[in-house]
Amino acid sequence: MSNILATADATAALPEIFLAVAAMALLMLGVFTDRNRTDLVNTLSLAALAVTAALVIFTSDGGVARSFSDSFIVDGFARFMKMLVLFGSAVAIILSSNFLKTERLDKFEYPVLVLLATVGMMTMISANDLIALYMGLELQSLALYVVAAFNRDSARSSEAGLKYFVLGALSSGMLLYGASLIYGFSGSVAYADIARAATSGEVGLGLMFGLVFLIAGLAFKISAVPFHMWTPDVYEGSPTPVTAFFAAAPKVAAMAVFVRVMHDGFAGAVAEWRQVIVFISIASMVLGAFAAIGQDNIKRLLAYSSIGHMGYALVGLAAGTQSGVRGVAIYMAIYMAMTLGAFACVIYMRRRGTAVERISDLAGLARNDQVMAFVLAMLMLSLAGIPPLAGFFAKYFVFLAAIEANMYTLAVIGVLASVVSAFYYLRVVKVIYFDEPADEFDAAPFEVRLIAVAAGILALGMVLVLEQLNIAANAAAASLFL
Amino acid sequence: MTIGLGHYLTVAAILFTIGIFGIFLNRKNVIIILMSIELMLLSVNINLVAFSSFLGDMVGQVFALLVLTVAAGEAAIGLAILVTYFRNRGTIAVEDINMMKG
Repeated sequence: MSNILATADATAALPEIFLAVAAMALLMLGVFTDRNRTDLVNTLSLAALAVTAALVIFTSDGGVARSFSDSFIVDGFARFMKMLVLFGSAVAIILSSNFLKTERLDKFEYPVLVLLATVGMMTMISANDLIALYMGLELQSLALYVVAAFNRDSARSSEAGLKYFVLGALSSGMLLYGASLIYGFSGSVAYADIARAATSGEVGLGLMFGLVFLIAGLAFKISAVPFHMWTPDVYEGSPTPVTAFFAAAPKVAAMAVFVRVMHDGFAGAVAEWRQVIVFISIASMVLGAFAAIGQDNIKRLLAYSSIGHMGYALVGLAAGTQSGVRGVAIYMAIYMAMTLGAFACVIYMRRRGTAVERISDLAGLARNDQVMAFVLAMLMLSLAGIPPLAGFFAKYFVFLAAIEANMYTLAVIGVLASVVSAFYYLRVVKVIYFDEPADEFDAAPFEVRLIAVAAGILALGMVLVLEQLNIAANAAAASLFL
Repeated sequence: MTIGLGHYLTVAAILFTIGIFGIFLNRKNVIIILMSIELMLLSVNINLVAFSSFLGDMVGQVFALLVLTVAAGEAAIGLAILVTYFRNRGTIAVEDINMMKG
């Protein structure tokens, strides 16, 4: 017994432990004080996320730390992805406070659930065996099911929650079935042991089966085709700040898990899993490009856009090289910033006190509010990948990795899909600038404008900070290929 | 005939398939979907315990216990969401879950 405690060196997991304790303390604070403490809990949860981010940076010496008998690992890749996740969660909480107040949904449980989901995401990013992976994934998912149905008096929100729950539980089941087969046919749940069992050319049928189920489960979580059916409905039905949260942090975390499992657990079997990844990548890019064309709801449009973007990020994973992982890291960072900005603009779309979601509601925004019109147009062009905006560099690095790995077909299909997808992004820009003006939107809360403008500036100024992002992403990718 | 690992894996695979079909083919009731999800998780547990015994390795049984607790949490949250849904719509028939489409 003492042996277990001695080897469970928990310092590497200090950020997660702190955040989990903070989330439970805030829950107690909300429950045991009689007045409505939502604002206080909101502020304190932001502080907790900031402290956690500081812990992630300052508790490491820049190397690799392991704890809990090697089932938990903190390396450069984990730190990079954790910072992204913490940032995404913090922005989601900031965006939500005013929106939830006007919709009379300002309950203190919301920030607590976001914090718990964040603990889950950080755990799964650092997971170094299948048990830790499943634990983190479920902690994240269970919290997300609840926030999807957070507007419990709205039929659409509870339907979104129900759909997300059913399909999410199905995907967890598939992932788990895959994990059980991998455990049985490799004899261990640790990634390092699995990698020893799964070397190229001699991957047994049982292990291959398990791998395919595992990929299917993870593809559900990042909403890649053919496991994307839940995305548009859940994005449309959930309250908009919740959708902003869904589109940002959980996607980053799931993609990080995907990359780590493939590169740590199945590093020797790249040839085997590459074809599966290439297939879901192409299918996501193509469906994301074509299915979004007919949408008139901006949240559904962004849902299909996120499906497409996951396809582009998977191009980097399919390359199976260090520069591919660097591409994924850069892609997720830029995608998250652009998506949060775009959703800040969607949250800003309120007319006479009610939220509007149709693309035609943006008509003539350029004449009513030049700043927001310009910001939204820049974000749309950036998501389309038009140089010299941020989204172009994101795509550049993943396609570069694909070409270096001699995957020309994949790169060409990716570029063609991004040409098609430019159509619907440009349509939004056209509606903003050239259509007959509709009524003005209500004045936006300060922080929503701030986040939208900051994302817009980032979209324009990515050229200036690209070098630093590239260095950070490169260091993160290198830690997976030690 | 001795019962070997293959038999356990076959039973688990059959249960898992029934679970998946239960989710997709059932047109009646969301409760049946919850039962199907439970069936999938239990088939995974059979797999894990069979492998654990076959490999002589305790990790599989630890994993199975974790899956049991998570399945309990998942069922609780699923039923809670289902109750809010029923309050809003007055029905839990699968074919009525169609407010959003496209």
